[in-house]
Amino acid sequence: MSHAADVRAHVPIATGRSATGIPTARLAVWWVLASEIVIFGGLIGSYVMLRLHHPHWAEEASHTNTVAGAFNTFVLLTSSLAAVLAHQAAEARNGPRAARFLGLTILGGLVFLMVKSFEWSNEIAHGFTIFRDVFWSYYYVTCGLHGLHVIVGMVIMGIVAADARRGRNLHRVELIGIYWHFVDAVWIFLFPLFYIAK
Amino acid sequence: MSMPAPAHGAAVAHAPESFWSRYVFSTDHKVIGLQYMFTGMAMALIGGFMAYVFRMQLAFPGQSVPLYGLVTAREYNALITNHGSIMIFWVSMPVLIAGLGNFLIPLMIGCDDMVFPRLNRLSYQIFFVSVVIILISLVVPGGGFGGAWTAYPPLSASAHYNHTPWGAPLWLLAVALEFVAFLLGGINFTVTVMNARAPGMTAMRIPIVVWMIVIASLVFMGSVGPLIAGAVMLFLDQTVGTQFFDPKAGGDPLLWQHLFWFFGHPEVYVVLLPATGVVAEVLTVFARKKLFAYKTILGTAIATGIISFFVWAHHQFVAGIDPRMAHLFTITTLLISIPVAEMLFAFIATLYGGSIEFATPMLWALAFIAEFLIGGVTGIFLGANATDIYLHDTYFVVAHFHYTFFPIAIIGTFAAITYWFPKMFGRRMSETLGKIHFWGTVIPFNLIFIPLFLTGVAGQHRRIYSYENFPQLSTPWLNHLAVIATVALIVMLAFQVVFLVNFFWSMRHGEEVGANPWNANTLEWAAPSPPPHGNFVTMPAVYRGPYEYGVPDRDLDYWPQHVPNQEELPRA
Ligand code: HEM
Repeated sequence: MSHAADVRAHVPIATGRSATGIPTARLAVWWVLASEIVIFGGLIGSYVMLRLHHPHWAEEASHTNTVAGAFNTFVLLTSSLAAVLAHQAAEARNGPRAARFLGLTILGGLVFLMVKSFEWSNEIAHGFTIFRDVFWSYYYVTCGLHGLHVIVGMVIMGIVAADARRGRNLHRVELIGIYWHFVDAVWIFLFPLFYIAK
Repeated sequence: MSMPAPAHGAAVAHAPESFWSRYVFSTDHKVIGLQYMFTGMAMALIGGFMAYVFRMQLAFPGQSVPLYGLVTAREYNALITNHGSIMIFWVSMPVLIAGLGNFLIPLMIGCDDMVFPRLNRLSYQIFFVSVVIILISLVVPGGGFGGAWTAYPPLSASAHYNHTPWGAPLWLLAVALEFVAFLLGGINFTVTVMNARAPGMTAMRIPIVVWMIVIASLVFMGSVGPLIAGAVMLFLDQTVGTQFFDPKAGGDPLLWQHLFWFFGHPEVYVVLLPATGVVAEVLTVFARKKLFAYKTILGTAIATGIISFFVWAHHQFVAGIDPRMAHLFTITTLLISIPVAEMLFAFIATLYGGSIEFATPMLWALAFIAEFLIGGVTGIFLGANATDIYLHDTYFVVAHFHYTFFPIAIIGTFAAITYWFPKMFGRRMSETLGKIHFWGTVIPFNLIFIPLFLTGVAGQHRRIYSYENFPQLSTPWLNHLAVIATVALIVMLAFQVVFLVNFFWSMRHGEEVGANPWNANTLEWAAPSPPPHGNFVTMPAVYRGPYEYGVPDRDLDYWPQHVPNQEELPRA
């Protein structure tokens, strides 16, 4: 290793070690999720506290589209199933198959976002904007933050799938799957809180 | 689980790198650590200068301040707000956690770098952007944010009230970016310590300072989330016009206080723990004695970390919270003083019977214990809701938390820098200058803040531009105290020149040292000083705990962690 580029590309010994026996990358993903849980926890927690003090929020909540929400729940859960199948394929070292399942997951995310934008444009058109009431501020901010996570997940998944197709970095298929399940789990909380409780 | 055998020749041969790739865009944990440290020290100068300006205004209200000019009321608010924010977010955090964490963790656990070096570099780059933004926020139209470092709405939520249409959102953005930087860093630290330890470095052999940085990172990770959520809401209130915190539209300003302090209180332990870790390392080395009750200290740190999540509302005793809840938080607050006190007792017991050498790092470590004790004891008065209702938001509070923060951010940092300087730069700092600087800092520090306890008890409120508007609070006696505090501050700031001279002179001209100038046990002293890229010539393995000093029946009074049992060391 004599020239500068090598020094920079050099992977530290540290990265290859595993004193706990758990792969380093997976540990890191778990910690990322732990820090995300408290972010959503803060948002959802304050929403719940405020909602308990504002009975009229139930009335506002009755204007959200429960059917669309339920459909989206179904879509996300199905896409998570595809992520699990992708993981299985990756375990079997079948890169192209893993990539195809990841593609299905991305498709699920896409459908989710389309339904979401249909809902939002409808609601905004009927005057239920972010300014109408603090309930709606929470609705847009919480679901918006979740939507952002969906988008980020899709982008990363695209990169992982492109790699997997060529049989590279197959261990990442599992990692992005873990993240996607988390995004899914957050929605499982948001759906009842914003769409069902009325 | 099988441990990989120690690898040889880990140090990568030095390549002719450019200045940029070596010092600016490096992924080497030591370079990143020093970047954080130098940035933090530069910010400390700015924060200290702000303290000078507003203390001058308090001592000599309405007079032009040398090097600054006249201080208006609005500028005063911006100065104290940014002083507080900078000292906590851009001095304590980067120096104690990111700076020391980066520099020390891989060296002390015996590996060549962090597990994610590029993530590490990204963390510093985001942090650097936050520095640029907070500095820009001071000079935008309307001036810097002046709603206090706690940023309570409705004042912080609307430019209509705070008159800083640019300053307020930029301040918030800078704080949020800083959080992201430390989240990335914290995840990296935690995973590195979990997975990248040298063979033989079991959990109970990890040096206390590394434990402390990891516990602090976890506490940070667990507490900052709600405030990130709160920051998003506040940012939208400021810029888009939502009303999360506006009572007039059904929002709740108290919600911010809860979100802020749910983070803000654990945060003070986030910066405290690494500083106590530094003190633990320095104490054992300069008392030549085994650290007293390693496991107890570790236990107290974990207990402190956990209890710190349940004390936040003691900042809100006068905010109209339910008195029954106030009692609960009084109890948790008194509880948290137990593990912290226990930790200090363990430190004092470490000194007992040791052969103490009063080198500069040791002086700082001892001063930490003495000064922090004052901060801790005065905290009891504020934690008890009955007394806090009188003392809340007076200078008593200001003096109290400076007696905790100053030992943490300044004294702890100087202990760390003077102790690890030889490792960082391969040279020694001057002991004489070091001692002059020590006394020139610690004595004036007490002269600044003891008077402020008194003005606080006399009723002077904090965050007041000029007491001339309150005749009862600008008696000659109180004005005298204000002048004493301000003069002491100027003396203290002047003595920092001694440190800067010592630091930069020693970097180039100090006496050169070998790998282990203090005869210490931990692994960083097994690496050359300064360690090359890759740290160790031979990757070390670990055979014992970090604090085997003065072991009976050994020739040497220390026993480095990486030396195999049978082998006797040549006499130093
Ligand atoms: C260099 C010596 C320092 C002096 C003389 C000093 C002085 C002061 C004073 C007088 C105030 C109250 C201003 C007012 O309420 O009107 C203040 C506020 C504050 N200081 Fe310091 N300080 C120093 C260092 C530090 C350090 C090292 C930290 C933390 C690491 C710190 C953190 C704070 C915080 C958080 C506030 C509260 C700001 C607010 O009210 O929003 N200070 N400082």
